[in-house]
Amino acid sequence: MKLQTKLVQIGNRKEQTTGAISFPVTFSTAFLHPGLGESTGFDYIRTKNPTRNVLEEAIADIEDGDQGFAFSSGMSAIHVLFGLFKPGDHIIASFDLYGGTYRLFEELWRHYGITCSYADIRNGEDLRAHLTPETKAVFIETPSNPMMITAEVDSIASVAKEQGLLTIVDNTFLSPYYQKPIQLGADIVVHSATKYLGGHNDVLAGLVVTKGKELSERVAFLQNTSGAVLSPMDSWLLVRGMKTLSLRMEKHTENASQLVSKLKECSFVDDVLYAGVGGMISFRVKDARMVPHLLKNLKLISFAESLGGVESLLTYPAIQTHADIPREVREKVGVCDRLLRMSVGIEHVGDLWEDLKQALQVAYTEMNNEGE
Amino acid sequence: MSSDFGTKLIHHKMAVDPQTGASSTPVYLASTYHQFDIENPGIFDYARSGNPTRLALEETIAELEEGVAGYAYSSGMAAISSVFMLFSNGDHLIVSEDVYGGTFRFLNQVLNRMGIDCTFVDTTDMEKVQAALTPRTKGLYIETPSNPVLKVSDLRSLCTWAKEQGLISIVDNTFLTPYLQRPLTLGADIVIHSATKFISGHSDVVAGLVAVKDEAIAKQVGFLQNAFGSILGVQDSWLVLRGLKTLKVRMEASSKSADKIAHWLREQPSVKKVYYTGFSDHPGHEVQNGQADGHGAVLSFDVGDESVAKQLMKQVKLPIVAVSLGSVESILSYPCKMSHASMPKEEREKRGITAGLFRLSVGLEDVDDLIRDLEQALSLQLSSVE
Repeated sequence: MKLQTKLVQIGNRKEQTTGAISFPVTFSTAFLHPGLGESTGFDYIRTKNPTRNVLEEAIADIEDGDQGFAFSSGMSAIHVLFGLFKPGDHIIASFDLYGGTYRLFEELWRHYGITCSYADIRNGEDLRAHLTPETKAVFIETPSNPMMITAEVDSIASVAKEQGLLTIVDNTFLSPYYQKPIQLGADIVVHSATKYLGGHNDVLAGLVVTKGKELSERVAFLQNTSGAVLSPMDSWLLVRGMKTLSLRMEKHTENASQLVSKLKECSFVDDVLYAGVGGMISFRVKDARMVPHLLKNLKLISFAESLGGVESLLTYPAIQTHADIPREVREKVGVCDRLLRMSVGIEHVGDLWEDLKQALQVAYTEMNNEGE
Repeated sequence: MSSDFGTKLIHHKMAVDPQTGASSTPVYLASTYHQFDIENPGIFDYARSGNPTRLALEETIAELEEGVAGYAYSSGMAAISSVFMLFSNGDHLIVSEDVYGGTFRFLNQVLNRMGIDCTFVDTTDMEKVQAALTPRTKGLYIETPSNPVLKVSDLRSLCTWAKEQGLISIVDNTFLTPYLQRPLTLGADIVIHSATKFISGHSDVVAGLVAVKDEAIAKQVGFLQNAFGSILGVQDSWLVLRGLKTLKVRMEASSKSADKIAHWLREQPSVKKVYYTGFSDHPGHEVQNGQADGHGAVLSFDVGDESVAKQLMKQVKLPIVAVSLGSVESILSYPCKMSHASMPKEEREKRGITAGLFRLSVGLEDVDDLIRDLEQALSLQLSSVE
């Protein structure tokens, strides 16, 4: 079955009592046992909830994994993987990792003796160069944020497998519509489902998909034990959003591609970074002093963190998403003060470009006036 | 009855989801339903006609009011106006004269345009009710205790008489809830609730409920609910069900506090009159004792004039000054400018709804805190008047 069909059909025909097309939201914290030692399959909400279960089965199916898990945020989804490691373990991660993940690794995991090194890993050979005897996993974001650098998941996963490492891929930017890391050899996929999967800037959620029985059982144990599960209402909202994922992703790509062409020709912009698919683009303006004027003069596009929603958002990584990464580290990877990241929404692309064009023009003029 | 009422609230027959065993009724947001067998359609096909979450609430109100069927609407007025659609052009209704202002407005400004007219009478007086009967009369609509001056109508004799005359008797039971009064057991055909009030109880949902005594009327009400479509939303149905679980404990606590406050208010020199059916000298006290299990959590009091009233509203710190009633928070209402603002002044004053009248819906705050607050507000306004 095609992905688009699977997405639209999430939850349908799962409810056998009434035939409800939209799976119900079960807020119940406890479930009646039919008898001693018997269970309906549900006992306590943290362990398993019918609404969350529909979402978890759907994401496992869509990502081609064995089991799916829903968490209260993208960060809590990543953090639950902490339980897969022990003191002394080492992880290799993409060097322009999302600031929140970097903060989690550096300011939390490190305190427990789990260290992380950051490298420009674009393929298996790059990974090989950074291996230590303690390396247990490779954690990659592709395309990376906000530099849009693409990594070859298959070649990385193949080296990782040979070395006995877990391959973990943050698939937030492309979503399973464009990339299925487990098909490419990854063991674990994580999502900030707050982004494209939810897609409407109205629900905070994280998802994990695992491949392999033992790993799936371990993550299920960790999810239940640490308890950062997604609520029934948010699970339902996320399912609702996922039904239009394919339509939204296609439109995001169409709009982003057109904006990339326009920005490349724009005299106030130095360079444009784009992975070729998806709705995320980054660009550097001529001068860092333009940035505050640009953000102030946007009329349609919102200056806000986050991404992946139907509304276009513009982010200034140096002070927002990547503020927790030290300046020298940040600049080495290219997150300079001139870099802006745009999550291209599904508005009419002509309106988006009009807004960007006028804001860039005014920003340039205001910056020059300020200089006088 | 009341001993097992609290248990019914928690363990009504829809309380456990049959598929998963969930102890909280699931929220079915689906607007449409897959039919497993076209020859044998399921209970649900389209969400306006029926929804499992709404049905759980509807079955629950039917069970609590001891009726055969229940119906949930998007507001108390949606419930009331839908029920009035049982009547036809040319019909005449007899209605309690101090009926809720919104009902009064619907009858006088909407229903009359459809050729259904009504006579407002003091339903505490059987003779006046009988005098209002015409050959066209088809329904009797009662609120007891009335809003806001808490006059008590005798449901048993009124409903018995209505039945003899072939009228449909309808009772708005919002003030007492089925915990304290069950009109269907006293002979009424239909009971209506603004479930926004005590039934839900948290000032966070607008809803109306109807429970019906017999199958024939139930069928008509059900038909109208589906035809009209002013049904209660799914999330709100779930919220009302959730609120219902604590109805008994809320009503008990609020009623107890209301009794203490009513007696205290009566002794305050600045208070001219207190309306509360729990007073043994209240004209309806005996009737109330005969048909209800308590006096509820609403009382009214008159401070004499508008300037004093305005001072009081400015000075109270605990009760919120607002319309509505029946919540965990105490609510002080000023009927002449709020619930009864849509009623002409002369009609209002005929009913005792003066510029000095307040209605207090007693919430779950500590009763001594409430009294202390009223005391400071009343004493401040006294001194400022002097």
